[in-house]
Amino acid sequence: MRWGVITFPGSCDEQDVYDSLKREMGQKVKLLWHKDELTGHFDCLILPGGFSYGDYLRCGAMARFSPIMRGVVKFAQNGGLVLGICNGFQILCESGLLPGALVRNAGLQFVCRQVFLRVEESDTPFTRETKKGQLLKLPVKHGEGCYYADPSTLEHLHKNRQIILRYADAKGKPSPAANPNGSLDNIAGICNETRNVFGMMPHPEDACSQFLGSEDGLKIFSSIVASRNDRETRHA
Amino acid sequence: MRDEKTTQFAQPTLTTALVASHGLTPEEYQKILKILGREPTYTELGVFSVMWSEHCSYKSSRHYLKLLPTEGPRVLQGPGENAGVVDIGDGLAVAFKMESHNHPSFIEPYQGAATGVGGILRDIFTMGARPIASLNSLRFGSIDHPRTPYLLSGVVAGIGGYGNCVGVPTVGGEVYFDECYNGNILVNAFTLGIMKKKRIFTGIAKGVGNPVIYVGSKTGRDGIHGATMASESFSEEKEQRRPTVQVGDPFTEKLLLEACLELMEKDCIVGIQDMGAAGLTSSSSEMAGRGGSGIELDLSRVPLRESGMTPYEILLSESQERMLLVARKGTEDEVKRIFDKWDLDAVVIGQVTEDRQFRAHFNGAEVVRVPITALTKEAPVYQRPAARPSNIDELQQLDLSAVQEPEDLAATLKLLLGSPNIALKEWVYRQYDHFVRSNTVIAPGADAAVIRVKGTQKGLALTVDGNSRYCFLDPYVGGVLTVAEAARNLACVGARPLGITDCLNFGSPENPEVMWQFAEVIRGMRDACMALKVPVVSGNVSFYNETDSKPIYPTPTVGMVGLLAKLKRVVTPWFKFPGDIVVLLGRTREELGGSEYLKLIHGLVKGTPPWIDLKLEEAVQNCCLEAIDRGILRSAHDISDGGLAVSLAECCIGGPDRPLGVRIETHEMIRGDALLFSESPSRIVVSLEEKNLARLQELAAELRVPMHVIGTVGGARFVIQPLLQLPVEELRSIWAHGLTARLK
Repeated sequence: MRWGVITFPGSCDEQDVYDSLKREMGQKVKLLWHKDELTGHFDCLILPGGFSYGDYLRCGAMARFSPIMRGVVKFAQNGGLVLGICNGFQILCESGLLPGALVRNAGLQFVCRQVFLRVEESDTPFTRETKKGQLLKLPVKHGEGCYYADPSTLEHLHKNRQIILRYADAKGKPSPAANPNGSLDNIAGICNETRNVFGMMPHPEDACSQFLGSEDGLKIFSSIVASRNDRETRHA
Repeated sequence: MRDEKTTQFAQPTLTTALVASHGLTPEEYQKILKILGREPTYTELGVFSVMWSEHCSYKSSRHYLKLLPTEGPRVLQGPGENAGVVDIGDGLAVAFKMESHNHPSFIEPYQGAATGVGGILRDIFTMGARPIASLNSLRFGSIDHPRTPYLLSGVVAGIGGYGNCVGVPTVGGEVYFDECYNGNILVNAFTLGIMKKKRIFTGIAKGVGNPVIYVGSKTGRDGIHGATMASESFSEEKEQRRPTVQVGDPFTEKLLLEACLELMEKDCIVGIQDMGAAGLTSSSSEMAGRGGSGIELDLSRVPLRESGMTPYEILLSESQERMLLVARKGTEDEVKRIFDKWDLDAVVIGQVTEDRQFRAHFNGAEVVRVPITALTKEAPVYQRPAARPSNIDELQQLDLSAVQEPEDLAATLKLLLGSPNIALKEWVYRQYDHFVRSNTVIAPGADAAVIRVKGTQKGLALTVDGNSRYCFLDPYVGGVLTVAEAARNLACVGARPLGITDCLNFGSPENPEVMWQFAEVIRGMRDACMALKVPVVSGNVSFYNETDSKPIYPTPTVGMVGLLAKLKRVVTPWFKFPGDIVVLLGRTREELGGSEYLKLIHGLVKGTPPWIDLKLEEAVQNCCLEAIDRGILRSAHDISDGGLAVSLAECCIGGPDRPLGVRIETHEMIRGDALLFSESPSRIVVSLEEKNLARLQELAAELRVPMHVIGTVGGARFVIQPLLQLPVEELRSIWAHGLTARLK
């Protein structure tokens, strides 16, 4: 399958995503430049973490206007798989592909640490290789990762089972102590209604090797591969 | 020709007072007159003032720095460039350096620390290396000093704010608190980058007619005379000096980093240098100095942030995120194309000349014409008077019989573990991204950080260490111990040292006692470097760290980088499995002089620092390294601040998983507090499976390393028979909350 990883000015994690997909999983990956139009065939696009435009304005608010984003929105609307990680999640919210917003962490400080995430739904292309209730160990590193949505949006998210990952403790309980940033309902990752656009604050690309303390990030990427293969088979 | 009147900006007349306010002595000014054969222009005065400042010229330290060993089979670039470079095999090399940003951080902690990180990052990528890891060494005043929490949170936020945004992980460091830094904190920032061995770039200007290109941010009035400020002592009113602190823009730095690295893939660059201290002046003259060339600049072409800037201001501005490069003639368009892509300025502002002069024009008039060598090689060098401090004999007197051993040693251990110097520093490092670039194998909190080298089987270990109390009590021994501890920290994770970068933070070199401390520290560092075979490849000296004539403790901080040939052998400090055997490599002696215990519990900064035998040190480190290579060890942890008891406690409670207890039995015939808290060097606590014990014993015997089986891992209690026992959860809680409790 073919992956596209977008570099915005100020992206920091594009190379990490690239390396994880290429070195750890042997995938075909192309780095895409934000000033270019989206051309060519891709099965999944990734908006990586970082500080696009320095996050000097609201996080992701500038990047959504990058030329490539027109193509990304169209790609998503046509059912293409889009994964936004950290700053990428913020950009997806700003561009309207995902509901809600990511605001300043409740503790007001940048937070970098390993967290546990409970998989809430495994019937998405991004989590199908996991089991509902399973715990994933991934790092978070952000200053603006507090997920917020108004009550009706939140209700909608629950009703449509769009909340995919929640911060939990080592026993799998989504407790306040396990919440690194004050996100509503311990939300760490959500998808859109059609389940082809997924945003998450934790970083799967930093957890793809035994040397890095966790290989759970591979479960996200291999889910995407599996869903693509599945789709191929169905189309064949 | 040099009539600056035609250039329409105010020119103060040169007076004795103006010369003095530029930090130049009357003798130095006479030297300038002699070199030029005339009075300098105001702009030239500014140029001399920054280039001859202590910060840029190393005029008081150069004589001593020569003593440090700088060569080794792996050294590709020693001191004198933007950073040192060491070969790590596989066609790869690492560039690393550490720099101080003490004065700016005290005046404006967030921006001071942030721009310190920015500066050191540029020093690394200017060599052609991609920065992949940062460390920092921070020293603040007493935790109870009213300004300490403000300075600590500002500095930490500044380091995080900058480093995180640029996408370079901060993987380790150290934080200390001591009254001697109440009026002068230390912020030393370290960065390491990785590069292809064959693609090293240097700060050189050569090739007559080659264009000099200015890239990056525009120039503003910020930071003018920052280098001069760094070369003066503090007094109360200097806190008003905020305008000399630069403001950082990490986003632009990130763009600059990517643009420079992209350009370095092409064949355009002759030389490149960061505009750091003394900005455009030092970068251009140093580059020309290294190339034996001259350089000619048209200051009217420099991109400016504000209008009405004078040539003096343009040359001395320390605006951040700027680089100067000399390109091959004809490649200007290629350079511009790449910088355009990243939305950055790239402007030809001058050219390389053959006349070996530093010349600058402004609006058609020449405002500077100075021989390059006058600014570089011929800058003053002083061998300043040095004198053994009059109080040092008294300081070194310590009558242990008058130091009462605490009745409750368990309570003493709790006090130490909860003290800000020993307690968990997670509050600090969780504000730093330590995962980005997806290489971090050992994150902050261990003896040394470890990162993997993608595409190889190798790892790199990094540590930064200093113990200023030792250096205060005996600077020679302190210098030795600092280097030895850094190397020991690397040994504990299984890495052999590649090289050192240092920050030498001292008081005023004009104070003979400070100069003596400096000379002694260097002598100590040299002896340790020679014995342990570690070259010094880069570094920085920061003098004038004093407030109202009260110098800080002499504080050399050493950043050491080591190589793990097989990353899969890496070992962490923490106990792993119940039933594992605990072994002490090395020997504990009754040495409490200069210890954390003596300071914290008895309020004494006295005695001589612990004695060190460098042969034994080397043997202990080799034993640990060999044992790790052979896969014998499950954990290894250095014994330093707080001694054996604190080190053992950290092995139990410091890991990412649940704390493990331990049961230790000792039969040393020394007093209990010394047994627990003595800081005798050359000791490592290791744990291993019992079945491997014989192999370790054999190895230790072969290397003549004293070793003792001292206990067993397991249970929920921390027991040192017959001195103390405590629930390990209680220790963890005290240690984990020690720092945050004091910050409220």
